[in-house]
This record gives sequence, C-alpha cells and structure tokens, in this order.
Amino acid sequence: MKTSYLTYKKPFSISSFFLRWEWILVGLIIIASLVLTFLSPHFLDAVNLFDMTFNFMERGFLTLTMMFLIISGSMDFSIASIAALSSAILGKVYLATGSIWIGLLAGLLTGLVAGVVNGLIVTRFNIPAFVATLGTLALYRGIAWIILENIAITNLPQEFTFFGQGYIPGTIIPIPLVFYLILLIPCALILHRSTFGRYTFAIGGNKEVCRYSGIKINRILLTIFIASGLMAALAGAFMSARFASIRADIATGMELDVVIAVVLGGVSINGGVGTLPGVVLSLFLLGIVRFGMNLINIPAQQQIIVTGLLLIVSVYIPQVINRLTIRKTI
Amino acid sequence: MKISTAKNTLGQRLITLLANFREIVIIVFTLVLILVVSLRTDTFLTVRNFQDILLDISIVSIVAMGEMIVMITGGIDISIGSGLALSAMIVGVTLKNHPDTPVILAVFLGIGVGIILGAFNGFAVTMMKVPPIIATLGTYSFFRGLVFLVSGGVWIAAHQIPDAFKNFTLQPIAGIPFLVILAVINTLAFFVFMKYTRFGRQIYAVGGNEVAAKLAGIRTNFVKFMTYTISGALFGAAGAFWLSRYSIAANNTAGDMHLQAITACVIGGVSVAVGGVGNVVGVILGAFLFGIINNAINLIGISEFWKEALYGVAILVAVIVDVTITQRLQKMKTERKGE
Amino acid sequence: MFRKILLTSIAVIACLSIVVGCAPQAAPAAAPAATTAPAAAPAKKTYTIAIIHQQEGNPYFAVEQPGVEDAAKELGDTVIFKGPASMDVNAQVELVDSLIAQKVDAIGLDALDPDALVPVAQKAMKAGIKVFSWDSSLAPAGRLVHFDAASPEDVGRTEVQMMAKMINYEGQIAILSAGSTNLNSNLWNKWSEEELKDPKYSKMTLVKTVYGDDDYQKGYNLTQALLKEFPNLKGIIGPTTVGIATASKYIKDAGLVGKVFTSGLGLPSEMKEYIKLGICKEMALWSPIDQGYGTVYIAHGLLTGEITPKAGETLNAGRLGKLPVVDTGSGNLVIYQGKPMIFDQSNIDKWAAIF
Repeated sequence: MKTSYLTYKKPFSISSFFLRWEWILVGLIIIASLVLTFLSPHFLDAVNLFDMTFNFMERGFLTLTMMFLIISGSMDFSIASIAALSSAILGKVYLATGSIWIGLLAGLLTGLVAGVVNGLIVTRFNIPAFVATLGTLALYRGIAWIILENIAITNLPQEFTFFGQGYIPGTIIPIPLVFYLILLIPCALILHRSTFGRYTFAIGGNKEVCRYSGIKINRILLTIFIASGLMAALAGAFMSARFASIRADIATGMELDVVIAVVLGGVSINGGVGTLPGVVLSLFLLGIVRFGMNLINIPAQQQIIVTGLLLIVSVYIPQVINRLTIRKTI
Repeated sequence: MKISTAKNTLGQRLITLLANFREIVIIVFTLVLILVVSLRTDTFLTVRNFQDILLDISIVSIVAMGEMIVMITGGIDISIGSGLALSAMIVGVTLKNHPDTPVILAVFLGIGVGIILGAFNGFAVTMMKVPPIIATLGTYSFFRGLVFLVSGGVWIAAHQIPDAFKNFTLQPIAGIPFLVILAVINTLAFFVFMKYTRFGRQIYAVGGNEVAAKLAGIRTNFVKFMTYTISGALFGAAGAFWLSRYSIAANNTAGDMHLQAITACVIGGVSVAVGGVGNVVGVILGAFLFGIINNAINLIGISEFWKEALYGVAILVAVIVDVTITQRLQKMKTERKGE
Repeated sequence: MFRKILLTSIAVIACLSIVVGCAPQAAPAAAPAATTAPAAAPAKKTYTIAIIHQQEGNPYFAVEQPGVEDAAKELGDTVIFKGPASMDVNAQVELVDSLIAQKVDAIGLDALDPDALVPVAQKAMKAGIKVFSWDSSLAPAGRLVHFDAASPEDVGRTEVQMMAKMINYEGQIAILSAGSTNLNSNLWNKWSEEELKDPKYSKMTLVKTVYGDDDYQKGYNLTQALLKEFPNLKGIIGPTTVGIATASKYIKDAGLVGKVFTSGLGLPSEMKEYIKLGICKEMALWSPIDQGYGTVYIAHGLLTGEITPKAGETLNAGRLGKLPVVDTGSGNLVIYQGKPMIFDQSNIDKWAAIF
C-alpha cells in the first residue's frame, strides 16, 4: 500500500468510530431525556417536543454559519445584533412599502452589508475578529435602537408570521424546523465535501501554511462573514415572525448561546476541527435541557449558571479527550 | 503600492508621533470635544458638572485598570460586569442580614469575593488552557447566574442597606467625593506598579513576547493568573462601591461594564493586535474621554438610544486606527532596515 | 465520512423516534394537574394556576408573593408564580410556552408588551387554558379579562395632582417611566398628560419622558441626565416603584432636597426615607399583596365559570370583596382592584412595615 499521506485511508475500526465527541453528545441527549422524563410528565409529549424546537431554531440557523467561522479560526459576536438590525430594517421597510416581502428583502440585504463590513474589518484592517465583532455588536445593536427607539412594530401580516409560528399543514412539524433541516444539507455538503470547506478547515488549522499554499484566505473569510450576516438576518426574520413583533432588543445575548452550541458540538475554538453532526446534536442537547428546565420551572437565572459552566467545560473537556480519543478533522 | 524612497516623509513623521504620543492625541481630541460641547450648552463647563463626570467614571476607571493588565498580557475579561454584580449582591445580602458590619469590612468582603472570582478566571485560562475569550464569556454567564442564587431571587434595595455604607462613597473629603479619591489612589498605584515594579514589567514582557519572557525565566502562567486575579479584586471592590453609590444590588447590574472598560482600554492605546502595549495614562484618558462623551450626550439631549452605537463606533475606530498605525510602523521599520 | 453522517443520522433518528414513540401514552397517565373541563366544572378541583409577572427579583413582585400564596391556600389551588429574569419580552413568551407545555389550567400575565404576547396567549387559549392579564394589559384579543389595580385614568390624574401640590402648580416636570412598551405605565402617562391640559396646571410643563426599564442604575443616570438638561426641573413623576425610588435617591445624593420633588407610584418600604426627607411629599400605590391575591381569585373564578367573563358579572374575591366585571368600551373587559392609596408622612411608617 502506498504510504503517501494524501492517499492514506484510515482503516475503519469500531473503536475509532465510536470514541468520538458526537457519540458523547448522543449519550448526553439520552441521559438528559431520561432524567427529564422522570422529572416532568409533560416532557415526553410529541406535541411539546416539536413545539420545543420553535425556541431554538433561530439559534440553529446561526450555529450553521458560526460553525464555519470558528472552524476557520475566526468568530462573529455581532450575529445577534445583525439579527436585530435587519429585523428593524425589515419592519421599517414593511411599514413604508406595505409589503412584508420587500421588507424581508431589505432585511436580508442589511445582513449582507453587515457581514461585508465585519469581513472587511477583519480581513482588510487585520483586526482580531473577536474585538472587531465586539465593536460591531455594539454598533449594529445601537443602530437598531436608533431606528426603532422604543417602539415595537406589530401587526405583521399572517402570511409572514406563519413562517415563524406555523406548522406544515396537517402535521405538528414546525415550519422553522423544516427550514433548518433543509439548510443542513447544503451546509453539510459545503463543509465536509467541498473545496471551500476543506479550505475553511485549513485556514483554521494553520493560517500561515495556507498563505504560502496560495489559498485566498481573505476571500474565504469574507465569504463566511457575509454568509454569517445573511444567516443572522434570516434568523432575525424568523424571530420577528415567531413573536409577531419587531423590537430593538430581540435576540440580546443570543451570540453566547450560539457559541456555546458550536463549541459544545465539538468544534475546537482554535479552529481546524469540527463536524456538522456534532453541532446539530449539541443544539438539540442544549435545547432539550433548556426546555426541560423550563418545564420544571427552574428560573432562567439559574439556567445561565449551567450555560456558563457548560461553555468552559465544553472547551476544556475536548482538550482532555483529545489525548484519549480521535478527533476527526475532515 | 509605491514605497516612498524619502526617509522621513510627513506621513511617516506623523505616524511616529501618533504612535509615541498617543496620549497627546487623546488629550487634544478631548479638548476639542470639550470646546465643541461647551459652545453648545452652558451647563457643561461647570465645576459641578466635571465633579459629576469624575464621579461617574470612578467605577469604570477602577475596573478598567484590571481590564488593562489582562489585555496587555494578550487576554480579555468580559466577566467584569457579572463579577461586579455578584460581589455587590454578596456584600448587599451580608449587609442586609448584618447591618452593623463595618464599612471597611464590607469592602474587603467585596474584594475577597472578587479575588476568588478572578482566580477562577485565571485558573480557567492558565490551567485549563481555555482561551480567555471563551473562559470569560462562560464566567460572564456563570457569575451572573450566581447573583440570582445568592439573592434568592430578590434584589437588595436602598432601605435594606445601612446608612453608613450607603454614604461612604459620596462622603466628601476636602470637597471631593470619597469614591473619586479612591479611584485616583487606585490609578496612581497602578501607574507606579506598571512602570516601576518588577511585576509590572513582567506583565509587559509576557504580553510582548510570551515565549521570550518564559525563556527569560518569568513565570508566565503565574503572571497571567495574577492579572485575572487582580482584575477580580478590582471588580470585587467596584461591586462594593457600586452598592454604596446606587444602593441597589440586582440581577441586571452592570450589564455592559465590560464594554465600557474595553472601550476605555482600546481608546487608551492598549493594543489588541500585539500584546504588551498600553499604559495607565492612556486608559484613564480613554475613560475620561468616554465619560465626557456620555455626559455631553445627556446635556445636549441626544437620545439615549445613540449610546450603544457610539460605543461600537468608538471601539472600532480606536482599534482600526491602532492596528493601522502599528502596521505602518512595522512597514517603516522594515523599510529602514532594508536600506 | 459519508458513512459517519449516515450512521450518526440513523442514531439521532433512532433516539428521536424512541422518544416520540413513547410520548402519547406517557402524558395523560402521569399528568398531576387536573385537566381543564371546557365548561363549568362544579366539582371541587385543584387547579394549577400560573401567575406570570414581569421581572424576577423586582421588589414590587416579590412583595406580591404572600398575597398570591394566601389566595392559593384559601382556594386550595396550586400556584406557579414566576417571571422572566429581566424585562425581556422574548423570555416572557418562552415562559408562557413552557407553561402551555406543562398544561396548566390558567395563566395570569403581566404583559411586558401588549401585542407581542398575543400570539402565545392565543396559543394557550386554543389549548384550553384560561388566559387573563393583570397590572399591564394584553391587547383584548389575547385575554379574557384584565385585572387592573386601579383605573389608568385615576392613576394618571392622581400622579399629576400630587405633584402639582408639591411644586405649587408651577414649574417644569419630567416623567421617569418603566419599560417603553409597558402598556400600563404608558396609559398612566397618557392620562397624566390629559390631566395637565387642565388650565389650573397652565404654569406647569412636562418637558420630557424617559424610560428607565425598571433598572435602578439606568433610572439614576437618567435622572442625572434630566437634571443636567433641564437645570430648572422641579419635579419628577415616577409611575414605577423603581423609577420614583431611584430618582429620589439621586436628588438626595445631589443635595437637591427641597429644590426637586418626586411623586408617582412607590413602595412604602423603599420610599419611607425619602418621604421623611420631604423629597416626596405624597405618593400613591395600591396593595401589591392584594393585587397578587386578586389574580389567583380571578383565575379560579374563570376556571369555575363564576365569570365567563361578561360585563355585569361579579366575582367573589375573598377578602377583597365582590369585584364587578366592567366593560370599558369596545369589548374591553376589566376588573378593578380599587382606587389608588395615597401615602404620605402620616401613614408611611405603618405601611412601610407591611410592604
């Protein structure tokens, strides 16, 4: 057998397949579900469980692009603010034109522009992503406040709110969930099966090598930031539809949840490592735990104790496990 | 891009000036701002108003010192607001249940709590090797949640706090509120600490080049750990001061303190691109500048809704200018070397 | 790698289907709460009632808790009394969602936003849960009835009347309100502005209304800002217990006692110090304890069918007496707790000990 690194295929072994982060997540989901079933009779209810997904689908959308960002070694803290800003624009344009769909277009455009700005600040000016997006977090949110002040735009048309609150006619399957599942396919293909995805991993793994290999780092990063902006706008639109109201303070703090979900999903914060299934599983794990804690009436304040610790632990444990198990990179 | 062959163009001289005398730039900017605002409204340029500005930025300046040393070593601390709130709540609950606690003891309690919280941050960053942004993002939530746990879900309101404690921050000594004096002492202490003590130098060393510092025998992990712990002590003390000044300990206290502190640091020259850059004077000037901006916004009657956007713009502009100057400097240095 | 995705998805789907498959049998058998009967159920049942307030930790709501618990004990019902961690509309929506999942019998909601909570309120009603609002109203489409402590007109007008007396009917005043979308404080402010149109207040002007979001520090800073922007400000009306308390504190700290006055709705325990200092000579409120008490009785009344609700019906509200259901116009059904209570130097000590 050729020993060239490029053509070496790892032999499949049971231990190498199962000793993986994703399986730990599956195990955690099962444990959490069992515990919650025991603690609350309302947990194991099909309607409730499907309804539960309404609460974290927006986060789900955001995790898809955040995943690309973190794998490439970058970060975007401004996603929640972009969601708020694009919703604000959506609302204002809707009020001005009377058409919610033109408003939606305007909102998505806002997300795109915001993503471009983020990307340019990081790539053109070489500002570290976390500081840059910390700044744009405040900036975009601030603009949303300036636009909306303390008014809430309500009376959104039914055909729009249907996307955030409705089900597939005749079933209990929520529409946002459907969108999420559909979006999973292109994301999986791009991340794990395309050159773009491969470059994303490469940039996160070793930026310098990529530079010397001729990979257009800036272009790829810019693309990811734009995608992040667009996705944030989409998430904002879904949120507006779900609450049937647009305010400047929606999604405050959501970026934290998204980062936690992605990092808990096995994506290394240093970049270069991660899988889509992991992110999907961690999203559901967190959603189930949160839903369950609400069911047994644990106050939100106490829930964030868990969330905060989870973030730290989710970054720490992989480092420990790294030495014990195999982490897939591509 | 054409590389200038002249050795000392005006642009290059300007860049060097900016890089070396950033503080002067900030002062000039501040003076211009003061001028503009005082033309707009006559309540600005009063002793009374400036006293208020100083009082307002006292707490921020204290925690900004902590943020500064953390950022100089290449880290960041987002949890200072939550840590402040937790410290305020613990001190508040203690005072509610034991109203005759001496003020100084209450303050030390706050500092003690802060040290523990900061040490936790430091531990996460140095021992667990969690990147600072993630560790402090986690403790941002974790500490905030603990506030609720400690309080049992109920805020501490003014009438539950003993008068002695409520008054001590505003107590005028020689006409200046005590809190301002504390902030000044803290600033001076840090100035001396960073410039003249060995540990202060070590902080710069670790930030500038961690590997070289380690090779030089500096215990880098210990230094980094201490920066978080000191930052913790500062926000712990700030929590006690906050409780005294505003007489409230609630769950949502000090939500964006980290934004204010980071803005002050970044404006003041603490570099995020390279470690080991930044000093006390710059940060205090940055805090002062922002205090003036905040104050002016209120005076002129600009809608409060503009505040957050302004923070964002300030951070972005300061950081972009900072990085651009650093890069041009590098370029100039390599140009010179090549000749 | 494709193999990996395939196997992982199979695992996930397997898990989900096990979970979903177990679902239908589990719920009805194990549910502890009595299921709601669609029509009046005369037999004595234990209802599970959820009273949702606006903010966990806010002293106003903390004070209500004994009232809620008393009523629950008297009626033999189970009560869940909670609110979101902050005045966050989305968090409140999520809370209501989780209550729907818990299949409670009735939900009493102190709405952070009159419109944003309507979709979830309607979802609850569709699920058979009786939904009503209290304190801050939901739009009529989202609730069966609203429980108001006092009529917004009474509150708004009384606030101005109290303030006017303090400043001798002359000078600039400002309002430090709660959350910007809070319907009840906005209604009170509207009525305050109405009252100001009366010629006897012609020498008073309302210069600004700011929103402190029931945050002490924000309110403190806003008060400072107000006094800087309007150095001749004579009075601040705080239609929120947090607002009036923090404004009074700033006035005390800034040494402006006797120059600037506050009034509005305050908790006696918080405002005792400022009333004694003369910063606030008069303020109003009602008993939050009684308000909490009343909400549970209303929930119970809706569940037993005592009130449909329809205009003209009366609810037996325990120690609060008999409360009528009033139609304030275009089908807006309201039950009033009573009239605002006035607190001043003469009775502050007594009430500060109670709430």
